[in-house]
Amino acid sequence: METELKQFTVSVYAENNVGLLNRISAIFQRRHINIESMNISVSEIEGVSRFIILVNMTEVNVKKIIGQIEKQIEVIKAFYHTDEETIYLESCMFKIKSDLLFEERQIQNIIKESDARIVTVNREFFVLEKSGRRHEIELLHRELSAFGIMQFVRSGRISITKDQMKITELLTEFKN
Amino acid sequence: MDVQTKSKQSYLNQPTERISGAEAVIRCLIAEGADTIYGYPGGAIMPVYDELFKYQDQIHHVLTRHEQGATHAAQGFARISGRVGVAIATSGPGATNLITGIADAQIDSTPMVCITGQVPSHLLGSDAFQETDIVGISTPVTKWNHQITTAEEIPEVIAKAFYIARSGRPGPVLIDITKDAQFGELDFTYKKCEGIRSYNPIPKVNPVQLSAAAELINNAKKPLIVWGQGVILGEAEEEFKAVVEKSGVPAAWTIMGVSAIPTSHPLNVGMVGMHGNYGPNILTNECDVLIAIGMRFDDRVTGKLSDYATQAKVIHFEIDPAEVDKNVKTDVAVLGNAKESLAQILPLLNKNTHTEWLKKFEELSKIEFEKVIKNDLHPTKEGLTMGEVLKEINAQSKGEAAIVSDVGQHQMIACRYAEFNTSRGNITSGGLGTMGFALPAAIGAKMATPEREVVAVIGDGGYQMTIQELGTIFQTKAAVKIVVLNNDFLGMVRQWQQLFFDRRYASTVMTNPDFVTIAKGYQLEAKRVTKREELAAAVEEMMTSKEAYFLEVCVEKEDNVFPMIPSGASVSEIRLE
Repeated sequence: METELKQFTVSVYAENNVGLLNRISAIFQRRHINIESMNISVSEIEGVSRFIILVNMTEVNVKKIIGQIEKQIEVIKAFYHTDEETIYLESCMFKIKSDLLFEERQIQNIIKESDARIVTVNREFFVLEKSGRRHEIELLHRELSAFGIMQFVRSGRISITKDQMKITELLTEFKN
Repeated sequence: MDVQTKSKQSYLNQPTERISGAEAVIRCLIAEGADTIYGYPGGAIMPVYDELFKYQDQIHHVLTRHEQGATHAAQGFARISGRVGVAIATSGPGATNLITGIADAQIDSTPMVCITGQVPSHLLGSDAFQETDIVGISTPVTKWNHQITTAEEIPEVIAKAFYIARSGRPGPVLIDITKDAQFGELDFTYKKCEGIRSYNPIPKVNPVQLSAAAELINNAKKPLIVWGQGVILGEAEEEFKAVVEKSGVPAAWTIMGVSAIPTSHPLNVGMVGMHGNYGPNILTNECDVLIAIGMRFDDRVTGKLSDYATQAKVIHFEIDPAEVDKNVKTDVAVLGNAKESLAQILPLLNKNTHTEWLKKFEELSKIEFEKVIKNDLHPTKEGLTMGEVLKEINAQSKGEAAIVSDVGQHQMIACRYAEFNTSRGNITSGGLGTMGFALPAAIGAKMATPEREVVAVIGDGGYQMTIQELGTIFQTKAAVKIVVLNNDFLGMVRQWQQLFFDRRYASTVMTNPDFVTIAKGYQLEAKRVTKREELAAAVEEMMTSKEAYFLEVCVEKEDNVFPMIPSGASVSEIRLE
């Protein structure tokens, strides 16, 4: 159904320019759409940035949003994808008291089972990093909460599409 | 090598000259052909004004009385001529005062470049005097904007600004220049922008879509064209006329599209939308193929979307891919510039006539004449109607004048009844509905085309929103004809209050000053008409005057504009009374 609310990943390839983020986020804001997460990074092409924006929308509206994003001068191409069409993950970090590592043996099991990685350990705290799907991160968060978390942070989604994006071809086309 | 480095190299090969950033701004404007610009000086833009002083023999800067007036004048200039309008302002309040005009230009696709001064770059973000984040503020209402902080960037960015403003679907661009960038020096050389790698202004016409469209048109029994400003912006009037005449399809217009073909053209069936003509609105929901050309299915055109032309196959000729399927689901979308697409579809169309179908428009037109038009144009009651003023203007203009209207009842009457023989004749604030647009826009229009008669038709409300631009007329002697249709009300809001809010006239009554005295204060020829027998002579006197002229016509206070599609109703629910 085109009118049902669904989670979509919007990918935008754009020139790396001051102000473009504002321009793109304003398009969502105009339609009163909350951005669930956003990640901006370099892409496979030099000088081209890639935005990964996670939104809950109807397919009808996400199509319109894509049109309005692509209309921006510095945007090369925008796409939308469902979860099934992408490989995606999020990262997170936990800061936890170091004492717990020795006092609560269970924590070591949790770390092992969750495929989390210890980034650093010192006398006061250790930092745990985990990349994966949202539910895995949420599970880890729940499990560690019982022992007390000093700090927690989770990144926006990053994703790669199963289909080709053909941005280089597009840029060549623009040039001619 | 990418396009950016390519242009940079050829740019470096040109001979250069060491000049200031401020001078570079002026030299860029001259290179882009901007001979008349509108603006208002202030602290952060003073270096540019200093250069304007030096270049005053090459570039005419018109001092408007408010920055909003500068944008509307630049819009009027652009709308009548197709050239890029230019407005300049200082930082802070100067810049924020541009926003209404920029938003208006954005929604009505008007090519405009606005240049604002900004506080020196070392003060950016520090809440300095007259600092405002104009790039942030203008982002949602500009096609593109950019802040310049070094003199070296000026030529390339201004070239890009003009290119973006005028190419593809036109729109406003704002360039914010810090004061230190204006004072700084650069090796100046100018090269026009010819392309931006991420920007594809005109999509290529797809021959498959084109022949699908032609097939639908050729097989249609009851086709209807609805055209918009895209025909005018694409300079496709000739091609459009040829398509209409060969296909024999009745063609209706949006208020942004009117004048692309003459009002008197036998296939011109009138205006669509909220206060449009009865026939094209009713028959939108009876046609079998709806051919939209350079229009965007605005809600004032479609009424209730779920009940708009649902029976019809929809073809959309459109330059902006984001407009396709935005409001109305299309069956065939022909992307491209109207001029190219229409020229290419012409040989694919069968020569055709739709006599029976056209008769339906005539029948409905007769009903509208009896119920509405007769009373508007040939009233028997004592009070003057807005319609009869337009009828007198038509008698004098013979369709050649540009009619610049403001927003409200008088605007709908002007759009409905003004007759046009020449394109770019109707200049109005269509999308944004900006009261105060007409007076400054008429100044810009007159300056762009001094040989053309420009008549501003304004209501008493909108007139007072930018009335200070009489000062600009006084100073520049722009021979603008100003007609204020005065009903001592904010008429359109009052009409809605009467129809939908049980006549509770909340804050729509206007106690007006003596407009003639005010005009005379600016030494304008001025007259007030209150009786029918004075009207024709007064309009004639105004239209034959070589100078600016102010005419106030006191019209019936509580007249309504009909037909009307009530807000949220379907086009078939159009009311005649």
